[in-house]
Amino acid sequence: MKVPKCKGMRDLLPDDMAKFRQLEGVFRDCSLKWGYDEVRTPTLEYLHLFTATGTLTPSMLGRVYSFLDWDGWSGERVVLRPEGTIPTARLYLENLAGGEISRLSYVGNTFTFEETGKERRERWQCGVELIGTSQPLADVELMLLASEVLGKLGIGPLEVKLSHAGLIKALIGELGLGTAEQTQIFDQILEGNIKALAEIKTEDVDLKRALALLLDVTGSSSGFLENVGALLGKALPRFEPSLSNLSSIAELLSTMDCPYQIDIASGRGFEYYTGVMFQLYVSKERVGGGGRYDDLIPLVGGPPVPASGFALYVDQLMDLVKLEGRPVPRILVQPRDSDVTGLKVCFEVARSLREAGYLVELDQGKKAVGDYRWLLSVSGEGLFRLTDQATGRKSELTSEAEILKMMGESG
Amino acid sequence: MKLALPKGRLLKDTAALLERVGLGLAGYDERSRSYRLKSSRFPDLFLKVFQERDIPIQVAIGNYDLGICGLDWVEELLVKYPSGDLERVKDLWYGKSDLYVVASGHAGVSSVEEINDGFDRVRIVSEYQNLAESFALRQRLRRFSILPIWGAGEIYPPESADLAIIAETSVGNFASYALVPLARILTSRAFLIANRNGLAKADLSELLACLQPFEVETEAETPLPAITAGMFEKATQGEKIRLALPDGHLLKAAAEFLDKAGLNIRGYSGEMGEGGECGESEKATRRPTIDLPGVMIKVIRPQDMPLQVANENFDLAITGEDWLNDHLYRFPSSPVKEILKLGFGKVTVVAVVSEDLPARDTHELRDLVNGGLLPTIRVASEYVNIADKYARDHHLARCKIIPTWGASEAFLPEDADLLIENTETGETLAKHNLEVIDTLFESSACLIGNENPPESDFKRERINYIVEALRQASS
Repeated sequence: MKVPKCKGMRDLLPDDMAKFRQLEGVFRDCSLKWGYDEVRTPTLEYLHLFTATGTLTPSMLGRVYSFLDWDGWSGERVVLRPEGTIPTARLYLENLAGGEISRLSYVGNTFTFEETGKERRERWQCGVELIGTSQPLADVELMLLASEVLGKLGIGPLEVKLSHAGLIKALIGELGLGTAEQTQIFDQILEGNIKALAEIKTEDVDLKRALALLLDVTGSSSGFLENVGALLGKALPRFEPSLSNLSSIAELLSTMDCPYQIDIASGRGFEYYTGVMFQLYVSKERVGGGGRYDDLIPLVGGPPVPASGFALYVDQLMDLVKLEGRPVPRILVQPRDSDVTGLKVCFEVARSLREAGYLVELDQGKKAVGDYRWLLSVSGEGLFRLTDQATGRKSELTSEAEILKMMGESG
Repeated sequence: MKLALPKGRLLKDTAALLERVGLGLAGYDERSRSYRLKSSRFPDLFLKVFQERDIPIQVAIGNYDLGICGLDWVEELLVKYPSGDLERVKDLWYGKSDLYVVASGHAGVSSVEEINDGFDRVRIVSEYQNLAESFALRQRLRRFSILPIWGAGEIYPPESADLAIIAETSVGNFASYALVPLARILTSRAFLIANRNGLAKADLSELLACLQPFEVETEAETPLPAITAGMFEKATQGEKIRLALPDGHLLKAAAEFLDKAGLNIRGYSGEMGEGGECGESEKATRRPTIDLPGVMIKVIRPQDMPLQVANENFDLAITGEDWLNDHLYRFPSSPVKEILKLGFGKVTVVAVVSEDLPARDTHELRDLVNGGLLPTIRVASEYVNIADKYARDHHLARCKIIPTWGASEAFLPEDADLLIENTETGETLAKHNLEVIDTLFESSACLIGNENPPESDFKRERINYIVEALRQASS
């Protein structure tokens, strides 16, 4: 009886894993050099870590994998982590809090139920969190790091879209809605339905014009934000902090020659975002995103420590990344004598060749020899016949040194 | 065509509907012991009677094309499994019973918005655990526990739960339990439901056409009563231990046993009254009284007791060893322990198959499953965790556990292959052409408690007093 994999889950085959490791390798290498230490949080967390007010929306919480643990008689559930930032904030709070600045990175999977089973219910992401500063410089550092990782992976051209949770919240605030309604609209926007905002009727003509400009026009410099500010009229003071924060970030990015678009409608993600939100797109595909979440650590029970972070979506990036580097030449070692001495020589020569950097397999039969660059036939007396399958050339050799020399010369 | 019909609450009105539309059923009434019915008008229609709560599941998995049950149980399933093949076809306009979130009037909470501020961790009991979870998430409760129960939810607040989500026919009924409704989360009536694949493939039109509601009464929703501060006195808990006594088939024997132990409990035996209030001395209530200061008694389902004791919502409880085992199999490190065997209420928990199934013991059953003759074995049981462990221990390779809420013997042979069930004499099983192929364990009533004793000397002393009284009666 064949048992297939679970619906919505994905097997990573050898070529997928090669890409995965390549991605992960570049990400780790870059983030380590920028000072981000790698951490790993457990797959299982308490549900109430995520139900703390305003950390995840009810519709996201409705799709988590939650269940009772073997000691869950209290009725409190545990979850397979649905996202990476909240667990990292918990890890920070439980183990690292108190330092000035923490730079943390992680590679991990997340689990979200999706009804059709056609999309992935398990996803992988590479994330970083910069905890302890609220400076625009920190947000810019994150965007430049993300851009560097993608650049080194040869993935591009990258589009950075900026939005701002503070700005969206201020807009909603102007519309005269109740608290519950405000939260609901904010959630809808973060889930990709920016129209929810445009559908709200307002009598305020200034606000209507500013709203239209903000939602419909994509800006490519901080000048755009000045224009919006000018249109806001008497409402400006309430938008001022968010507008100037976004302006500072935009100016810094311009200085760093990092192209971006100011697209308020692009805001996606989590309810815990408080400041800038940025989305990373490559050929219309969203390959990553992040933002500032200054309230999250207090919400999970910690002191008022500001933070921001981003995650790159491994599953999407795997479709874009090209496997790099030539594969290591494979050698098949074939014992000519099946006696113990003959096999011992085989294992010994195989070990030496591996130490020299080659990929060496012992012939167990059943596999086509066409998969190998080199065939090495070994006799019990220590005599070797090396066949270069690329050229068909055969050489009789008597030592490991000769084998290495021969292979080295053939490239 | 297959139609699932409800036992219990909706039976009378459903029977009236089916009679009016001329289905020609014999034996669909409260006294009948038969689960399979025939329709004289639709000779090809297979009808089976289930506990109402089982019906949405049976229709969703495609065992039945159509079913009639309350919308509450449909929503309970759909809120957790929205992508299932269950379709609400028709409102039948009878059997009104809405779902309410209620708190004790003594808890000092007057709106759902206050819940987050009032409690560190909100304890919610409900028969509707999926709807309860959905409510908690929508309400953005920061921290909550859902404690599933089999019934008697109205009796839990405030001592044993902060909120209960319960079905009630009229919002006016809560006052008699000293409960206040904080929100109505569902308006429910009897519904005709269907399996989507059944609707897509088979022609059910004649049956669908005749299953029309009797009369459609649209009445305005009764508004929830305004809750004013000081409606009820704020509870003073005092130092009390909480003793849970069983309702149902253990009740009579438990009452006799408590008498024998010399614990003078009033309002436990006898006819159970409608309300949970302390009635006159002879009328039974869910809050009996005892001539022993510092002891509070509640009458709840024996199924629910181990979980409640584990959570320290009760200190002592009289339940069955079957339910204790079911709890401990699911939560092996639970602090619940058996303090005393009480000896009454003896049953045997057995594995049962239909006489038609060619398996006379567990080995033969396993061969059927693992040999591919039964590609999946469907195990029906009220004891979900005992059934799960049984399937694991006996290496029944691909099995589906079907939780049931009573009348499990009706599941064999059409809707389950194996049943894990308790039996006193084996008579009922034989009558339904069922055969016992294995005995799991003997079970009788027992006193359970928490292995972590309360800190209070007074409470420990009270617990010891009751334990000793029961110990002497049982020896």
